[in-house]
Amino acid sequence: MKRQIPLLITFLSAITMIVFYFLNEDLTKDYKSGIFDWVRIIGSFALLIGIVNLLRVHFYKIRRGGKEAVYSYVLVLSFFIITVSGLIGYGKRGAEGIVGASFLTFDWMFINVLRPLQGTMFSLLAFYVASAAFRSFRAKTKEATFLLVSAFIVMLGRVPVGTMIWDRIPVISNWIMTYPTAGAQTAIMIGAALGAVSVSLKIIIGIERTYLGGDE
Amino acid sequence: MKKFSLLFVCFLLFSLPAVTAFGAGEIDEGVSGKIFETTRIPVLIGILLLGGAIVYFIEKAKKGQHIFIRKIAGLNAIDDALGRATEMGKPVLFVPGIMGIENLETLASVSILGHIAKKTAAFETDLKVPVRDALVFSTAQEVIKESYLASGRPDAFNDNMVEFVTSEQFGYVAGVNGYMVREKPAANFLLGCFYAESLLLAETGNSIGAIQVAGTANPSQIPFFITACDYTLIGEELYAAGAYLSDDAKAKGSLKGQDMGKAIVMGLIGFFTVLVIFFQLASMGKSYEEFQKGKEAKPSETESAITKVHNFFRNSLNF
Repeated sequence: MKRQIPLLITFLSAITMIVFYFLNEDLTKDYKSGIFDWVRIIGSFALLIGIVNLLRVHFYKIRRGGKEAVYSYVLVLSFFIITVSGLIGYGKRGAEGIVGASFLTFDWMFINVLRPLQGTMFSLLAFYVASAAFRSFRAKTKEATFLLVSAFIVMLGRVPVGTMIWDRIPVISNWIMTYPTAGAQTAIMIGAALGAVSVSLKIIIGIERTYLGGDE
Repeated sequence: MKKFSLLFVCFLLFSLPAVTAFGAGEIDEGVSGKIFETTRIPVLIGILLLGGAIVYFIEKAKKGQHIFIRKIAGLNAIDDALGRATEMGKPVLFVPGIMGIENLETLASVSILGHIAKKTAAFETDLKVPVRDALVFSTAQEVIKESYLASGRPDAFNDNMVEFVTSEQFGYVAGVNGYMVREKPAANFLLGCFYAESLLLAETGNSIGAIQVAGTANPSQIPFFITACDYTLIGEELYAAGAYLSDDAKAKGSLKGQDMGKAIVMGLIGFFTVLVIFFQLASMGKSYEEFQKGKEAKPSETESAITKVHNFFRNSLNF
């Protein structure tokens, strides 16, 4: 029973969604939005489990001590400050634009701490792309040389200096992107779509059940 | 399982004539258009073909017939990576992507996690699974717990193996990269749905010298993984992984069915490509003859038929 009931729920839910797919959108939109509301509500409860785990792990690290405990202190402290400021300040921003002091703290932390940190992480990507490109574009083999030449043409075709060198470079660059690249990507996408359908079918008919915690 | 298979196949078999027969029916009150989306019939045919192939090969596998499965290098490397981590006495890091449990790539990833957890339990190697989604957290924890139980090592399992980091994309990357740099895991598995963070994770893993097996179905992220990882599961290989690693005959049969479905699609693409080229050439010849006669070249009958077929598929597949 521990396995049969979830499998039956999965089967019925999947069949419902498949039937909805073949029905007129106008007929099913209310039911669909209801189902997605359910998913969001369940997800919110699960978030609570995640937060409990997060705090438990970091309280454990603080208790254990060591030089890495400082990160856990920062995390737990930030967690409580931003949660409390968000909760107390919630609803203070009325029609007159009155903003509570704690909401100001929340906004300030979001704009001046969280957003720059996220931006910093994202900007690291530029350096990582450079190092990855350096490694993969070394002309060690025939294939790597081919890749290097293609990448060089595509990059030149994307900048004004490419046109200045030869006005046909952007045309060749577009051809590489439109035909060989798009062809390869389409092949991967068709394969992935078929794989996704196959996994879905296996989940619906109960062959794939690892997500329930095990095979038996 | 058999009941579900039969129910599902019956549903699909009955739905095709039902959609065709009632598709044209008008809805009476308040809702415009048809009851059924008849433009989606090709999708139903596709599901029927693929579903039929999968069920056929599952039945074949259940009868004990030998089924040849193609080799996937990335999946064969999983055991080597785990062995390396065990020999070095370092942990194994498993990243199940950044999307929720409703994402199929995440489900495929969780399926591989079950296999890896069984091995780490047997080898007594530490396993760390940082997650970004709370539902993935619960699922991953349950999967690992069951795997450790199945390997006869429930005592080796601890709740901290799976850690909810944050739901922020780049906060999650910072957390995982920080773990990599501090703990230096010997084997990294980056399997699931990834976006801009793929290269950040893979390059950090590369810099610490970990053996890396990655996989995603997102075509824009595959080049980054190929560049920075030792093995990459490309597209459908990720979905095939669960069945490939399983010892279950039904799973192997389903994988063979999936491959056959792919072969059918490849055959159809080839067939229609040849057909379109043939009709295009024929219509070009006809137009040329009309041009030679001094008449205004009009679209021939074959050309308009091709246009109809083309438009039908284009509308059906929402191109």
